[in-house]
Parts: sequence; structure tokens; C-alpha cells
Amino acid sequence: MEKKGNSACDTCVHFNAKGLKKLGVNIDNFDFVVALAGNPNTGKSTVFNALTGLRQHTGNWPGKTVTRAEGAFEYNSQKFKLVDLPGTYSLLSTSQDEEVARNFILFGKPDVTVIVVDASRLERNLNLVLQILEITDKAVLCLNLMDEAKRNNIKINERTLARDLGIPVVPTSARFSEGIPNLIQTINEVATGKIICKPHQIKNVPKNIEDAVKTLSIAIKKEFPTITNSRWIAFRLLEGDTHIIDALKKRTLV
Amino acid sequence: MNNNSIKSIIDLSSDLRWKIGDDFYDGLAEGIYADASKIASRSVSTENQNKRFGIDSKIDKIVTSKTWGFPIMFLILGVILWLTIIGANYPSAMLSQLLLDTIHPFLKGLATSISMPWWLDGFLIDGVYLAAAWVIAVMLPPMAIFFPLFTLLEDFGYLPRVAFNLDYLFKKSGAHGKQALTMSMGFGCNAAGVVATRIIDSPRERLIAIITNNFSLCNGRWPTQILIATIFIGAVVPSSFSGLASLSAVIGIAVLGLFFMFFTSWALSKTVLKGEVSTFNLELPPYRPPRFWKTIYTSLIDRTMIVLWRAILFAAPAGAVIWLISNIYIGNESIASWTINSLDSFGFLLGLNGIILLAYIVAIPANEIVIPTILMLTVLTNGIVGGQGAGVMFELDSANAMGDILRAGGWTLLTAINLMLFSLLHNPCSTTIYTIYKETKSVKWTTVASILPVIMGFVITFLVAQVWRLF
Repeated sequence: MEKKGNSACDTCVHFNAKGLKKLGVNIDNFDFVVALAGNPNTGKSTVFNALTGLRQHTGNWPGKTVTRAEGAFEYNSQKFKLVDLPGTYSLLSTSQDEEVARNFILFGKPDVTVIVVDASRLERNLNLVLQILEITDKAVLCLNLMDEAKRNNIKINERTLARDLGIPVVPTSARFSEGIPNLIQTINEVATGKIICKPHQIKNVPKNIEDAVKTLSIAIKKEFPTITNSRWIAFRLLEGDTHIIDALKKRTLV
Repeated sequence: MNNNSIKSIIDLSSDLRWKIGDDFYDGLAEGIYADASKIASRSVSTENQNKRFGIDSKIDKIVTSKTWGFPIMFLILGVILWLTIIGANYPSAMLSQLLLDTIHPFLKGLATSISMPWWLDGFLIDGVYLAAAWVIAVMLPPMAIFFPLFTLLEDFGYLPRVAFNLDYLFKKSGAHGKQALTMSMGFGCNAAGVVATRIIDSPRERLIAIITNNFSLCNGRWPTQILIATIFIGAVVPSSFSGLASLSAVIGIAVLGLFFMFFTSWALSKTVLKGEVSTFNLELPPYRPPRFWKTIYTSLIDRTMIVLWRAILFAAPAGAVIWLISNIYIGNESIASWTINSLDSFGFLLGLNGIILLAYIVAIPANEIVIPTILMLTVLTNGIVGGQGAGVMFELDSANAMGDILRAGGWTLLTAINLMLFSLLHNPCSTTIYTIYKETKSVKWTTVASILPVIMGFVITFLVAQVWRLF
């Protein structure tokens, strides 16, 4: 669960980047699908560009990416397709860009979801992180904009954060290509199952809601034994999400 | 595994939803916030923070203040346009020297030496090549200056502040505040602006944003505005003020566009698109010093080159069309001059002329080629010396020469002003129309968005022409 690798080699840029090939838009025959999610304006597109070598337009304002951008990279001769999702504050509402992000994480079933957060605004960003962790158990937290956090004298204990969230945490400054090799390696390890995540589940839910979620979750699991995110499905059913109800009827969730 | 059990799950969820009542969303959201706060407090530590934040909020206090917000906005836009107008002259002259004065005669000579048939030579070199060369000479320099500057501003984080400043006006006109962001995108490209409206949740407000995006001057139209303002508006004042005068004229047109956007938004939201204004949160992101050279490089490669390439793609066939309609005769008249003559009286009513209207028909695929087309057609129909025969877009090495041609074609200050107005108020280009259809999936709204601005353009130019002629 924690980032492994204690030898000096593992943190060395040259070692990590050796197996990397940026493939641009050449996305045929990929082995893994990686989704990039996160709040608006946390530098997802910059991370995307750093990984794929593409030049997806970036800008310092929330809402810049409204469609999915796709690209690819190769690491240790395995091909990763990377999908840059629109930035969202939450997955609970109904605007079109949020739906794109939510539906892709849920129905697209990415092998790894990289959640890009603004290190200097961690608490606010965690809102989305916790929601995503209810949907998927293969995630990496990309603690981006570390340069800005440093300027603001904000220190983050990555180990504590990784332990609390149950997923690996990689600090980066994508604008300056710092931490990207480490990120790639971690994505690879989660995708190949070397790192098993035990994602945090939302705890402070009022008791009446928690009971309802439990009841519903058990019923869902009974019907779909292979489902991993029955709690999230229960949340959405209680919200009355028609997409989920349709998906249940058509059995496209599993 | 049968559908009954699925139904029972859904029924169960409805039952539970009733039991929980309205508190579900709030309860869940509070739970998530409580968790987030706990996790963050365990791993985040800050010491003597707020120093940086202090600078950001100080800048914000000034650029979003009631007194200074708008003047600063116009000042920044003014500086960018000023640099574009002044800076674009020299490379433009150099490019036309190279592409039109040197390479074009060379190609013509080459064609003669291999005894190419006149119609093929005309079609390819005078039609396709010249149209493309024209677009490069006219479009590339202003774009290569305007885009990087705009991108630097965007990277710095100024756009959300613009949205913040304009929010009040949007709310007053019954539209969504985020429309300020899609509007800003429209200043680059209307098709991109229309796609960007996806950030607006409410379908009603999104439709308003889509329909009114065309009132943002796009990059295909900035050069038209800048050129015409430089030639005609700059000429009516003493030469030391001509830069300032043409700059003010261009900003005036852009602001007029804003006015029409607010007005149309307001009119739509009071009539066919009635509804409440929805509230939203706008994050003012921290200011980030742009990575200067990287930004310059990517905006040159991505924006400038892509837009230029698109312009050339559309200009080349348009050049071919122009050459064809000027060289195919029905009776004694070419198709071009026949069309121009029949449009002339309508054009006169609008303070324009048949050539301009025909140019706007030819240029539906791309606004970028309006000026080259107008010049070519003006020379053609007036038989001005300097042209090289029917359908040839000929060389012009400076804005002055261009002005002489247009004046010889009967242009006055009124023609120039009305062309600037019509360039602001006419149908979106075909790419934007197609994008609007893709985003709205509605023929009706696509038609409204395409026709409405043309009608407004006709009305406004008509009124201006009539008032002008009274005096």
C-alpha cells in the first residue's frame, strides 16, 4: 500500500524514466487504461502532457478541459492509455462535465485512476478523492503543485496521508516535470497489482443513512457478487441517479 | 439472476430514500467533509502561512475592485491589441514581399516555361496559391503576437477574475456567470467557446451562452478589425494619434460585441428562454507566474499554427472558387460581377457594397479570408491598375496600398465602419455552426444562432448608414 522502494535507485530519475516511452496519440493495443481525475485547476492537463508528450492546451482557470482527452505512454514495454477527465469538485451533481468524469470512472473501469490534487489546498480536494475511492480501489494520489505548497510553507506528511487514504501518494510539480518518473512507476505498480490499495471509506455518515446504505449494499452484493463498489451504487441509488438505475437494469455495472 | 431481483433492489432503494427524506444529500456531503477535514489535519502542517496568499488577495482586491476592475480589464486588452497592431506591420510587409512579390512571379514564370495551360496556371497559382499566401501574410503576424500574449494572461490566472468582474452583468441579463469564461474562449475561437459551454449546468443558460458566443470577436475577425481600423480610422486623425484612434476603434467594436451579448442574453432570458439564474461557485485560482518561453512556444505551435493551417485549408479552395466565378462567363458578365451587381443595391442600403456581401458568402467557411477576397473582387470589378487579371489576388506590400485600392473601389469611412460592424454581427463560420449543432442537437437552435446575428448586422448597419447619410 505504501510506496515501496527504499534503495537510492528507486528515487533516481534516470532509473525510473528509463523504461518510459511517450507515445502521444498512438493509443492502439494498450494493456492498461489510466484515468486522470481531480478538481479543476490542479494541473491534470499538465500531468497528462508530461506523461504522454502531447501538448493538450493548459490554462490557469477552472473548467478548461470539458471533454475527454486521450493519449498514451509505454513503460517497461507495457502500453498505458491515459484519459484526461474534466476537472470536477464532486461527483454528486449533474452538470455535463461532471457526468463525463463520473461515468468514465464508473463504467469505463480504468485499471488505475490517478487523482490529481492541489497540494496547497488538500482538504478541499479530498472531498472528491473520498468520493472516487468509493468507486474504485485502484487509485494513485498525485500530490501536484508541490512547488506552490512549498512557497506557501505547507508541509504534507505523505506517509500519513497514504496510510489514511489507503492508496499510494506521489508528490509532483508537473509544470517542472518533477516527480513524474515516480508517478509512472507507481501507476505501473498499481496496474500490475504489485501495490494493492485498501481505499478509505467515508465514515462520518449519519447513522440512518449508513444503515440504509448497508441494507442496500447487501442486497446489491447478493445480486452482483463480483461488484466491488456496492456502497457507491447504494449512495447513487439513494440519490435516485437514473444512469445507475438504467445500468442496473441492463447489467452493465459488472 | 432475474429482473425481479433488480426490481426489488430498486424498490428497496426507493423505500429507503423515503425513510431518509431530504437529508440524504446534506448528510452524505457533511460526512465527506468531516472525513476530509480529519485526514487533512493529520497530514498537513503549515507554518507562518498566508504570505503568498496575502499577495494574491492584494492583487485580487485591485483587479476585481468596483472602481479599478473594469479600467484594468480594458487597459490589459488595450495593451495586448496595441502590441499586436504595432508589431504585426513589419513581419506582414516582409511576408507579403516574400510570398507575393517574389515567389508568385517565380511560380508564374515557371508555369510559362513549362507552358502550362492558362486556365490551370490561373486556377492553381492565381487562385489557390495566392489565396493561401494572402492568408499567411495577413493572418500570421497578428496571430503570432496576439495568441502568446493572451495565453500568458490565461496562464497567469487572470481569466477567472474577468469572470468575477462580469458576473454581475451576466446575472442582470439572466445568464450564467460562467458565460464570462466561455465568452473569453470565444475571443480565441467561437467553436471552442461553444464547446466550453459544457461547464454550464443549466440547459437554459447554456443555450444562451451558445447563441451569444458569436458576439465575441474570434481570431478570424481580429485581423479584419485591426486592418480596417488601421487603414480608415487611423487616417482621419493626425498621424501621431492614428495608432491610438485605430486601437480605440477596435476596442470599441469588441465592447460593442459585449453589449450585444448582454442585450441578446437579456432578451432571450426574458422571452423564449425564461427561467431563474442559477448560482455557482467560482474559484479564483492562485496567480501562477507563467513559464514564459514554454508558453510562447506552445501557443505558437498549437494555437497559431493550427488556426493558420485551418485558414489555409479553407482559403485555398476559396481562392479556387474566386478564380472560377471571376472567369466563368454567362453572357457578357462573369458570375462574380453578375452577383456583385445584383447585391450592390442591397449593399448600398447597408452602407456596404456588393463585393463585401459576396465576400461574406464566399467566406462562410472561414472569416479569415474576408479581407483578401474583398481586395481581389474590388480590383476585379473596378479594373484598377495593379491587378493581374480576372480572379488574381495581387500583391500589396503595405496597408496604405490596400487603402488606396479600397478607396478607388468607392470605399468611404462609412464603408469601413459598417464593415467593422458587419464583421462583428454576422453568421458564425461553418465550423462554429456545425459545433453548435453537435452541442445542441437541435436544428432550431442552430438556425437561431446562425441567423440572429446576421439580422442584427443588417439592422445595425442599415441604421448607421441612414443616420450617416442624413448629415
